[in-house]
Amino acid sequence: MEIVYVYTKKRQEFGRQCNFSDRQAELHVDITPDPSLADNFIERNPVDTGIQCVQEMSEHEINTERFETSVRGINHTEGGWPKDVNPQEVEHVTRYRKKVEKDEMYISAIQQLGTIMEHTIRQNNAIDIYEEYFEDIEVDTVDETPSAKTINVFRDPNEIKRTSTHISWFPDGPRKLAVAYCNLEFQGSTPDTSMESYIWDVENPNKPETVLKPVSPLVCLEYNPKDSHILLGGCYNGQIAYWDTRKGSQPVEMSPIEHSHRDPAYKALWIQSKTGTECFSASSDGQVLWWDIRKMGEPTEKLYLDPTKKQDPTKALGAMALEYEPTMPTKFMVGCEQGSILSCNRKAKTPAEKIVAQYNGHLGPVYSLQRNPFFPKNFLSVGDWKARIWSEDIRESSIMWSRQYKSYLTDGCWSPVRPSVFLVTKMDGTLDVWDIIFKQNDPTLSLQVCDEPLHSLRVQEQGRLIACGSHSGTTTLLELSDGLTTLQRNEKNLVTAMFERETRREKILDSRHREMKLKERSKSSADGAKEEEPEEARLEEEDLYTKAEKEFYSIIEQEKKILEKKQQQGDDTDKADTGKQSPIAEGDEEEKTNGNPKKK
Amino acid sequence: MAEVEETFKRIQAHKGVIGVIVVNSEGIPIRSTLDNSTTVQYAGLISQLAAKARSTVRDIDPGNDLTFLRIRSKKHEIMVAPENEYLLIVIQNPDAV
Repeated sequence: MEIVYVYTKKRQEFGRQCNFSDRQAELHVDITPDPSLADNFIERNPVDTGIQCVQEMSEHEINTERFETSVRGINHTEGGWPKDVNPQEVEHVTRYRKKVEKDEMYISAIQQLGTIMEHTIRQNNAIDIYEEYFEDIEVDTVDETPSAKTINVFRDPNEIKRTSTHISWFPDGPRKLAVAYCNLEFQGSTPDTSMESYIWDVENPNKPETVLKPVSPLVCLEYNPKDSHILLGGCYNGQIAYWDTRKGSQPVEMSPIEHSHRDPAYKALWIQSKTGTECFSASSDGQVLWWDIRKMGEPTEKLYLDPTKKQDPTKALGAMALEYEPTMPTKFMVGCEQGSILSCNRKAKTPAEKIVAQYNGHLGPVYSLQRNPFFPKNFLSVGDWKARIWSEDIRESSIMWSRQYKSYLTDGCWSPVRPSVFLVTKMDGTLDVWDIIFKQNDPTLSLQVCDEPLHSLRVQEQGRLIACGSHSGTTTLLELSDGLTTLQRNEKNLVTAMFERETRREKILDSRHREMKLKERSKSSADGAKEEEPEEARLEEEDLYTKAEKEFYSIIEQEKKILEKKQQQGDDTDKADTGKQSPIAEGDEEEKTNGNPKKK
Repeated sequence: MAEVEETFKRIQAHKGVIGVIVVNSEGIPIRSTLDNSTTVQYAGLISQLAAKARSTVRDIDPGNDLTFLRIRSKKHEIMVAPENEYLLIVIQNPDAV
């Protein structure tokens, strides 16, 4: 309802000043409460209201633009001399100096300063305030859980990302990192894909320090441990090239295509030599080539990885991994695509002797091979779904192996500071750190580095920093916690004991296996059944089939004869039985030495 | 003149002292026991640092002033005694036993 109060004023009184006067209060409107209206509402009891008396805040996020920094130096030259003194002229300078020295102020200042200075010098000589008091007390092992921290991430600056296939640390300290980028999928790279590989400065993840421009993308890249300016690279098209970082981003020299590998040169390593210029490379075409970078015109030596020792290029196994230890300059190992590892001696007299031993253990290509830096007789091989540790002396099987993983293992290496620690990377983007004296069945630390497969891994010499490269070229730099980088008490002894124990176990198993085989063989020769030594026959596949067929038929013939005999004897029940007794030994040509089925 | 020489000789005779330099307010090395290039380097760098140290002390408390500056490094200790016009720099190796 409207409440209206009308007040009137005469027109002639407009503009006149207002005369106010007091008046009694008048009641104009009185609105009484209407209880019936309350029926429209329901009483709420109790009422739960939250009250807070607090400052109102709001949250905002801002991401600033990437700040590009560059480092520059300043050139200092001598200056500050007064105008009339030429600092180059000795006479002027000495004259000026002598003038200053005659000054009264100078003398008093020097005397005063001299006293203060002497006091301090004597103080220094009296007590060494920075001496290390507790040097000889050993640091107790802190039982913290091992961990690793991501320090930096280097991304491929190109639009089209490529896999970082190989990482090599700068030999003089953890300042730089060389990463080789290449799209490994068969014909996966488009013409726009960049072929460059980069050298990154650890502090600057925004821009690579140096760019290397090969003719074909690099699959592997290694710093020369003797000369930190020289890098060796193996290309996707099989050529080998080397760079000098002082000379720019083009390779100094490349091997000619005719004499290079016919498949990507998967691994290239530097060799210990007097000149520091020798290297060797391996590829999946089955060749291992030795080069001298001063003369890249043709390889100095060539070896086919033929396990039959006949240097037959058609039988050669493709190589995926190379291993070389500078302390053993003539020996090296090659990990093959078929899963075997060949141990070779470069200085053997004949090419057949070059391949010393073959270790079969993996079901797929061996992607990484490395000797334990503390125990060179034991080496780690990574391939298919397991990581295996081998002892050089035991050829039949590895002495230790990890459990079967769910995803494929792509790379692995030992820690250079702790003999019991090794790391592996997997296709699901995790990095596992194994400490074999702590736990043998599971990795000590398992980190999800990124969501895509990790393809390469490298630990820096001092053992703290790890670089791992992923499928889309993202190289992550991690730092390991103290527990994984400091040598534990007794570690070397424990690891030696463990390796020896496992080696002995394998030896015992192996000798037992051999004894059993020998017993069976001697039994079969006593029985008079023909059994050729199956060792050579294994390699001839066609013979196996014919032999199996022959045995099968001979058994059938024998059974038929028995059947006929029995039929002649007129036994019907036997017929049913001999039907069941069909040759059991048909499939086993090695194990069942006597081909005679069980006679009733 | 002789007192100055005597002061210098006394300072140099102390154990572990590698070198002594006197620099004036403009950064010009007046006297030095080290070779020229090292002297010039020290003179330039240390006088700037001493000036910065003094301004820091005075900024915090204008009534205060820098009396002495010691820079201890892995290999030796650089001691700087400032004055109005001049700077006395001594390089000492305190571990020299």
